[in-house]
Amino acid sequence: MALLEVNNLDVRFAMRGGEVCALRDVSFSLERGERLGIVGESGAGKSVAAFTILNLIAKPGYIAGGEIKFDGTVLNTMKPKALQSIRGNRISMIFQDPMMTLNPVLTIGAQMIECLKAHRRISTKDARAIALHKLNQVFIPSPEKRLDQYPHELSGGMRQRIIIAIALLLDPDIIVADEPTTALDVTIQAEIMELLLLLCEKHNVGLILITHDLGVVSQVTQRTLVMYAGRVIEQGPTREIINDAQHPYTQGLINALPQMATPGSRLNQIRGSMPTLTKIPAGCAFNPRCDFASDICLQEVPNFVGSGNCKVACHMVDAMVKGQPWTPILTDKPVTKTVPLPEVNA
Amino acid sequence: MSQTTPSAATASATTPKTNSIVVPGRWQRFRESYLIYSFKRDWMAQVCLLIFVAMVIGAFLAPLIAPADPYDLATIDIMNSELPPVWMEGSDPDFLLGTDSQGRDLLSTILYGTRVSLLIGFGAVILQALLGVTFGLLAGYMGGRVDAFLMRMADIQLSFSTLMVAIVVGAIIKATFGGAVFSDYALVLLILIIGLAEWPQYARTVRASVLAEKSKEYVDAARVMGFRSRRIMFRHILPNTLSPIFVISTVQIANAIISEAALSFLGLGMPETQPSLGSLIKSGFDYLQSGSWWITLIPGGVLILLVLVINLLGDWLRDVMNPRLYKG
Amino acid sequence: MIAFLIKRLMHAVLVMFVISIISFAIQDNLGDPLREMTGQAVSEAQREVMRDEMGLNDPFITQYLRFAGNALQGDLGTSYFYKQPATEVILRHLPATLELVMASSLIIILLSAPIGVFAAIRPRNWLSRLFMGTSIIGISVPVFLTAILLIQVFAIGVTVDWFPSDTQWGSILNGMLSTDGGMPSYGRGELTHVAGSWSSGFFTADGLWHLVLPAISLASIMLPLFIRLIRAEMMEVLQSDYIKFARAKGLGLGRIYFLHALKNTMLPVITVGGVQIGTMVAYTILTETVFQWPGMGLMFLEAITRSDIPLIVAYLMMVGVIFVVTNTLVDLIYGLVNPTVKLAGKPA
Repeated sequence: MALLEVNNLDVRFAMRGGEVCALRDVSFSLERGERLGIVGESGAGKSVAAFTILNLIAKPGYIAGGEIKFDGTVLNTMKPKALQSIRGNRISMIFQDPMMTLNPVLTIGAQMIECLKAHRRISTKDARAIALHKLNQVFIPSPEKRLDQYPHELSGGMRQRIIIAIALLLDPDIIVADEPTTALDVTIQAEIMELLLLLCEKHNVGLILITHDLGVVSQVTQRTLVMYAGRVIEQGPTREIINDAQHPYTQGLINALPQMATPGSRLNQIRGSMPTLTKIPAGCAFNPRCDFASDICLQEVPNFVGSGNCKVACHMVDAMVKGQPWTPILTDKPVTKTVPLPEVNA
Repeated sequence: MSQTTPSAATASATTPKTNSIVVPGRWQRFRESYLIYSFKRDWMAQVCLLIFVAMVIGAFLAPLIAPADPYDLATIDIMNSELPPVWMEGSDPDFLLGTDSQGRDLLSTILYGTRVSLLIGFGAVILQALLGVTFGLLAGYMGGRVDAFLMRMADIQLSFSTLMVAIVVGAIIKATFGGAVFSDYALVLLILIIGLAEWPQYARTVRASVLAEKSKEYVDAARVMGFRSRRIMFRHILPNTLSPIFVISTVQIANAIISEAALSFLGLGMPETQPSLGSLIKSGFDYLQSGSWWITLIPGGVLILLVLVINLLGDWLRDVMNPRLYKG
Repeated sequence: MIAFLIKRLMHAVLVMFVISIISFAIQDNLGDPLREMTGQAVSEAQREVMRDEMGLNDPFITQYLRFAGNALQGDLGTSYFYKQPATEVILRHLPATLELVMASSLIIILLSAPIGVFAAIRPRNWLSRLFMGTSIIGISVPVFLTAILLIQVFAIGVTVDWFPSDTQWGSILNGMLSTDGGMPSYGRGELTHVAGSWSSGFFTADGLWHLVLPAISLASIMLPLFIRLIRAEMMEVLQSDYIKFARAKGLGLGRIYFLHALKNTMLPVITVGGVQIGTMVAYTILTETVFQWPGMGLMFLEAITRSDIPLIVAYLMMVGVIFVVTNTLVDLIYGLVNPTVKLAGKPA
C-alpha cells in the first residue's frame, strides 16, 4: 500500500456568486521515498492540491469529496488536533516565497525550536542542538549565529535553506514543496533544487514537488502528474512523460521548453490561455486550445486511458497515435477549424 | 463522420457583449457600476443614505419648514422655557420636542442647528481637501526637499492631534479678539480652524497614492510624450487618487461635525444666539441636573444619528471601493 | 541605541522649539504683564520706563531667548488669576489628568486587544458582529455626549414607565430599564497625599469610585477605534504566508494567534497608539469639563475664559512635553518589538 493516497479529491470554494471547483476528481499516490512532480500552468490547481493534503486551504475553500489517506489513516476527516500532530512532523511543507514564509518578528532559532517543541517533549537546549544540526545539513555558513538572527538579515536563498531545514527538522516521511524556487534568483534556483534532491535521497524522504517547470521535474522526480483546470490530465513515470507525452497539452508544455525551439526562431507556445475556474468549458477543459479537438471533446469529460505505466485523460489519444503523425503546435498558428478524423472513429 | 465545431464559436459565445460598437454613456456606466450594484444589495447603506439625505434636506429647508425662527428674538417667550416634549406631562402641543432654557422651540433650533453643523462640516472638509490634495500632490510628485518639508510639517501637526490644534487656535483667536468678535465670525472661523487642523490626513493619503501611481507606466508615457508636470499631475495622477479621497472625505465630514460640536461645547464655537448642535448640547447641559434632559439629549441624539449614518456610509464605501488608504 | 536616542532627542528639541516659539508669540502679543501689575493710575511715561527695565522693548530674539532660558529653568511666568508661578499651578493639576488618562488607557488596553483579536479570528460569530456594530456607534458618539449620557443614566438616574406597571412583566421591564443613579459625577472624591503636589485618587474607594465615569467616557472614543484597528490588522496578518507556514509546521492555534499573529499586529497598532495618546490629551479637556475634574484640561479652559495668558502658555508647553515624551516612548517600544528597526534609523 502506498504511503500517501489521494482518491477522487474534490475541492470547492464557496464564493458569493456560487461555488467554484478548484479540484475535480484528483487521484494520485506516493510510495515511501518516492518523488512526484505536479506540473501545470498557474491556476491549474497545483497549489490547492498541495495545501489540501494537510487540509490547509483557506476559509471559503473546503474539501467537497474524496479522501486523503496517509499511512493507513484518512487525513481529511481527522480531528484538528490529530492532524496538527502530523503537520510539520510527518508531512512538512516548503512554501513558494521564502521572503514571506518566515515570521519577521521572531528569530530563526525561535521558529525552529517551537516546531520541535510542538511535536516532541524536548528541552530547549536539545531542540537548539537539533536545529543546529539541521542547519549544518543544508550547508548554512556559521549556523550558530543564524539561530539568533531575524529573517530580514538573511538573503532569499539563505531563507529558503532555513525553510528546508525547518521542513526536515522532525525527519518527515513526506515534504510537499510548492514551487520552492520560483521566487529565487535563477543562479540560486539550481542550488536549492539540488540540495532538496540530495536531502530527500539521503534520508529517504518522499517529495511532492509542485512546479510549472518541466525541466526541474525531469531532473528531480520519478513520477509526474500533469494538471489542467483543476483536473489531472496525465500521469506516469517522468521519463515516459517527457519522452513520449500523450496528451496534447503535455506535448505543448514540452514543446514550449526553450530547448525545443529551433535556434534563431521564436519559442513555441500553446495558443490561448488557461480558463478561469468560473468559466471552464464543457467537455474536455482543454478543447478550445486543442488542435485535435472533436465533437466528443466538447461534450464529454475524458476518462483515463491506460497505456502501460502512463494514464492519460484524452478522447483523441488513439486517434493521434494511429492516425496523424504528431505535429508540433506552432506559434501564431491560425485557429484550426477541423481536425481530420481517422477511419477508426467513422 | 462528425464535423468539429469551430472553436471560435465557443470563444465568441463566452465573450461578454461589451464588445459591441455602442459605447455606453457616462450615466449608463455609472448605473451599471459595481458601486450602484452593491448599493442596491445593501439595505443598510440605503437606509443610511435615506436618513442622511432627509437630514440634509430638513436642515437646509429649515427656514421653510421649521415652526419657529429661533434667531428671531421677538417670537421667543421666556415663559415657555423648559417645556418638555409633547409625549410628556406638562407639555405644550405648539412645541413638538419641547423648548430650551430660553423658551425657543427645540425642533426649530435643532433644524437650524443641524444646518450650521452641516455647513461647518462640509465647509471645513472642502478646505481640508483643497489644502491636503494640493500639498499631497506636490509632495508626492516633486519628492525631495518639498516632500520632506511638507511631510515633516504634517507629522508634527498630526502628532498634536487635530482637536488639540483646533482648541488651541480657537482659544488664541478668542483671547486675541475677544468673545464678541469671535461670536460674529464664528461660522467662518470654525471652518478655517477645523479645515486647517486636518489637512495632513488628505495630504498623506494623496501622497501615498501619488507615489503608487507615479511608478506606473502611464505616467512615464505621459512624460515621454512631453506633457508638463502640472498637466500630468491634474489630468493623469489626480483622477486615480480620487477613490481614497472620496472615502476619507466621508470620515472627515463626520470628524469635522464632531470637532465643531466639541469646540462649541467648550464655548469655543457657535454662540447660543446662532446655535449649532454642539452649542445646543452645551446650553442644555446646565439643565440636566434639574431634570430637563431633552434640551441636551435630543440634539445629542440628532448629532449621534447624523455622524453615525455618515460613518456607516463611509464604511460601506471603503468596503466597496477598497482603496489604498494611508495607515498609521 | 545611542544613535536612536540622539535622533529622538533632536526631534524632541525641534518640536519643543516650535511649541516654544508659538507659546512665546502668544505671550508677546497677548499678554501685557504691565496691565496686570499696574493700575490705570500709572502714566504712559512711567510705563515706558518699566517696559525698558523689564526688557519688553528688546528685540524679538533677545526676548525669546530670555523666555526660553526661563522656561528651561521651569519659570513660565506668574498666573494672573492664581497669583502663583504658572509651573506650580500646572503641576498641581497634572496628577488628576494623568490618573484619568492612565485609568482610561488601562480600560482600552485590557479590552481592545482581546476583543479585536476575537473579532478577527471569528469574523462571522454573532459576538464579533455585536462588537463591530457597537464600535461604529462608539466612534460616532462624541466623547462629551458619552459623558453626558453616563451622567444621565448612572448619576441622575432614569425612570422608565413605557410598560404598564400594573402587570408583572411591565413592572419588571420598567425596573430593568430604569436606573437609580447616584454614581459620583463631580470632582475627584477623597484623595490621599502622595508626594509634593501629587495627590492620588487611586488609594481610596471613594477616589476610585469617582474615577469610573470619567475614565469610561474618555475610553469610549478610543476603545472602538483600537478594536477596529486591531481587528483589521490582525485579519490582514492572518492572510499572510508566515501564518500559513506556522500552521503547516503543526503549531497550536493559541501560539499562532497570540504569538505569531499578535506580535505582527501590534506593530502598526503601537504607531497609531502613539498618535492617539495626543488625541486623548485633547479629549481630557472635554471629559474634565463635563465632570468638573480638577485636571489640566479644566484649568486650561478656565484660563482661556479668564485670559490667563501665562497659564495658557504653561499648558501648551506641558502638553508639548507630554507629546514628546510619549512619542519617544512609543518609538522605543516599536523598536523593541520590531527587529527590522535597529533603533538606529527610521522604521522600515
